[in-house]
Amino acid sequence: MSPLDYLLLGLFVAAVLCLWRVVSGPTPADRTVGVDILGVLMVGFCAVLTVKTGKDLYMIVGLAWSLLAFVGALALAKHLEGKRYHD
Amino acid sequence: MNKVLSAFVFNLLVWLAVTWTFDPVSLAIGAVLAAAIAFALRNVELEEVPLLLMPHRLLWALLYIPVLFLYVVRANLDVAWRVLHPALPIRPGIVKARTTLKSPGARVLLANSITLTPGTLSVDVVDDTFYVHRIHVPEDDPDGDMERSMGRFESYLRRIFE
Amino acid sequence: MIDFGNPVHLIAFVVMAIGLFFDIVGCLGLVRLPDVYNRLQAGTKCVTLGTFLILLGVLIRFGFDAMGVKALLCLWFIAMTSPTAAHAIARAAHKAGFPLWKGSVVDRYAGSKEDPKGVAS
Repeated sequence: MSPLDYLLLGLFVAAVLCLWRVVSGPTPADRTVGVDILGVLMVGFCAVLTVKTGKDLYMIVGLAWSLLAFVGALALAKHLEGKRYHD
Repeated sequence: MNKVLSAFVFNLLVWLAVTWTFDPVSLAIGAVLAAAIAFALRNVELEEVPLLLMPHRLLWALLYIPVLFLYVVRANLDVAWRVLHPALPIRPGIVKARTTLKSPGARVLLANSITLTPGTLSVDVVDDTFYVHRIHVPEDDPDGDMERSMGRFESYLRRIFE
Repeated sequence: MIDFGNPVHLIAFVVMAIGLFFDIVGCLGLVRLPDVYNRLQAGTKCVTLGTFLILLGVLIRFGFDAMGVKALLCLWFIAMTSPTAAHAIARAAHKAGFPLWKGSVVDRYAGSKEDPKGVAS
């Protein structure tokens, strides 16, 4: 394994922790937070893959992902606002 | 007209940064897209952008970045310590603080700075009142303490925006 | 494509490793802390700085070329949008009435007129 593979492994561990929060989160708000954080983590994944492969394709994917994660988080927040805690 | 032109130049610069090539075909596509976007956004008012282009404000904005970065690193070490501590030493709560800043751009930047720095997360902004969630509320005078820690950013933001 | 004989690559790798540390701490905080607002605190702060440092590592590794400039754009964008998204989620959660952790000491937002159906306790 090259040193960059260890970085990818670490990010994978972080993503699994994050997904655990999405799956088990007791309230919808917890799941929303998990999805938002996961989007930012994926941009880090793309950045490490850019260094590993030397192709700028991955950085383009990361750039698009960061934009879409932001819009997605705003949409989920708007959806959350309509919910009540006891639903 | 002036505004559309400057938006066009800005869009083209972003296109060049993303594609990073001077290939004529790519450049032509970028020019067409930049013009279309600049034309579509001709009615959007951006009052604060011309203000930011004055040299002394730009200088303060550039100085603000490393100051903010230092605070962010300190905040992160603090939060990391709290998360890794086995006893989880947190004392959360939402406090209320007033700002003296007037311009909307400065307030947006202040809210974002608050979210990124020591154990604080802005929940809502109503006129000049910030509702801030803190991971560790101090024992005495919670609101005043928040206002003091906001004051550090306000002095920079006032020089940038006002 | 990283070569520890080259000092620039070494610095880039160290910066990225520090970023990874903050990413993992942020996600650990997301799992360990008790309520939505505290999780949002740890998650947003640590993961934003972590990803920021990883992208900074890419910028250091490649300098200003096709990949480095994209990393710079992405870095600026993450730094601007991530706190905004956190703010939106916190506000929505409080307006929908998700309660604070029972150990919370003060809630000045509850009961204010902007938050009529919040958790006034």
